[in-house]
Amino acid sequence: MKKQIQGILIGAAVAVGVSGFAGVADAGKMVYEAGDRKSGYTYATKATQSIQDDDLANPAYLWVDEGDALWNKIDGKAGKSCASCHGGKVVRLNDVGARYPVYNAKLGKMQSLEQRINQERKEKMGAKPYKWESKQMLSMTAYIRNLSKGKPMNVSIDGPVIPFFAKGKAFYEKKRGQLDMSCKICHEDNAGNMIRANLLSEGQSNGFPVYRLKWQKPGSIHRRFRGCNKQVRAKPYGYGSDEYVNLELYVAWRGRGLSVETPAVRN
Amino acid sequence: MKGEVFEVKSLVSHKMETGLRKNKKTGKKIPRDIINKFSVTYGGKEVFGADWHPAVSANPYTSFFVKASKSGPVVLKWTDDAGKVTEKTVKIKVSG
Amino acid sequence: MFEKSITHKIRRRDLLAMSGTGVIAVAGIGLFAGEAMADSAAVAKAIKKSVGGKSPKTGRVTLELPQIAENGNTVPIAVEVKSPMTAKDYVKAVHIYADENPVPNVATFRFSPESGKARVSTRMRMRKSQNIVAVAEMSDGSVYMGKKAVKVTIGGCGG
Repeated sequence: MKKQIQGILIGAAVAVGVSGFAGVADAGKMVYEAGDRKSGYTYATKATQSIQDDDLANPAYLWVDEGDALWNKIDGKAGKSCASCHGGKVVRLNDVGARYPVYNAKLGKMQSLEQRINQERKEKMGAKPYKWESKQMLSMTAYIRNLSKGKPMNVSIDGPVIPFFAKGKAFYEKKRGQLDMSCKICHEDNAGNMIRANLLSEGQSNGFPVYRLKWQKPGSIHRRFRGCNKQVRAKPYGYGSDEYVNLELYVAWRGRGLSVETPAVRN
Repeated sequence: MKGEVFEVKSLVSHKMETGLRKNKKTGKKIPRDIINKFSVTYGGKEVFGADWHPAVSANPYTSFFVKASKSGPVVLKWTDDAGKVTEKTVKIKVSG
Repeated sequence: MFEKSITHKIRRRDLLAMSGTGVIAVAGIGLFAGEAMADSAAVAKAIKKSVGGKSPKTGRVTLELPQIAENGNTVPIAVEVKSPMTAKDYVKAVHIYADENPVPNVATFRFSPESGKARVSTRMRMRKSQNIVAVAEMSDGSVYMGKKAVKVTIGGCGG
């Protein structure tokens, strides 16, 4: 008697699901608390959680679907699509959402997913890079990270990563801006407390790119970093800057063990 | 199954620009641009419809119900202020 | 700057608005006789435009909304109207209003006997704490309404 939930898509603008019951498309055991670490999900209201929980109601899935379309689209001088090398359903990339950012030996530093995507586009496809906060990049990162949904966050902080981890940690703990505040003050020392009318979370990254109700669209973690820096009246760093990639690494480590929730929904 | 009432969940990507916001740099009002009509046709007639105002959130989500009668397409249509129509068809198979 | 608990303080302005506007709306339009805290005049006007001069009766309409909306720009709302949804007795339309939005109209949903169930879920924008009103028009001409107050929190450290 149960009807299958079908998610169909046309022109990447619309998603329709038909079901015989008001069910939740996503299965599995999501881990929202690991050790003393808590996902932003646990700090959200029930109403906000309900928007995330149902794949057919989570607006960010429109971007995941768009990522799926871009994955299969031929682009660039080499006449290839991502699928040409990585295959239709991307088995080799199915833990990328849990592992990035990673150390790139050729570059001699950390590399974020966005940077790796553009590297592949340039070197393998002869295609133009996506702009960091563009619809295409947000769709592609949402799509790829979503493949890891449910997997525990697990960035490597060993070997060549050690000095970059240290830099990310130092950034996290350094006070900056006119308000002279560090990430640590809000997200470590005061997680669970109110900052005026907002409840402070641990500032975890396991759901990025996140559909922020404030933005009314998904956004990257570097966008969030820039917003946070501006809020304490510090000059923000650039998208893809070494500072933010190292910070992203440290923040990802702070969420070790939490399930990848991409695409999450937050305030 | 014929007579079964099933739920349809739809999501459409749209900014739903209210017309009340101002461009922070120029101070000029950003013109209204929303989907103002949603229509669902099944078995040759409109079984569900909606008129939307700017207070409908961006990337509108609508969940509604339809009673299964005969197999066929369920056609969803969204029309925006400019008259542009986005359409989506879901094929329903009804047994019994 | 950091407080352990959430305190809801009704600002003086809100209190004055509730007592002042409420009385005026009831006396002037007479649509909601018996309602302790009436909807604003704007909503009463909008309802009159949609359903004519009929006084909506309370009942049959249920609104599902959070008590406190984390962000006013995306507030999940579900409205359900008790009805057999047969060709002879069904819900024709549900009008949703927000009594302190710039414009009270939010959406109108039209149903048919083929809907099977008069229930719709969507997400709406709320400028501030206010009442959400749903007015249902039945196929027999009767009109029912339901109402729910929702608080909207604004301000903090958004980023």
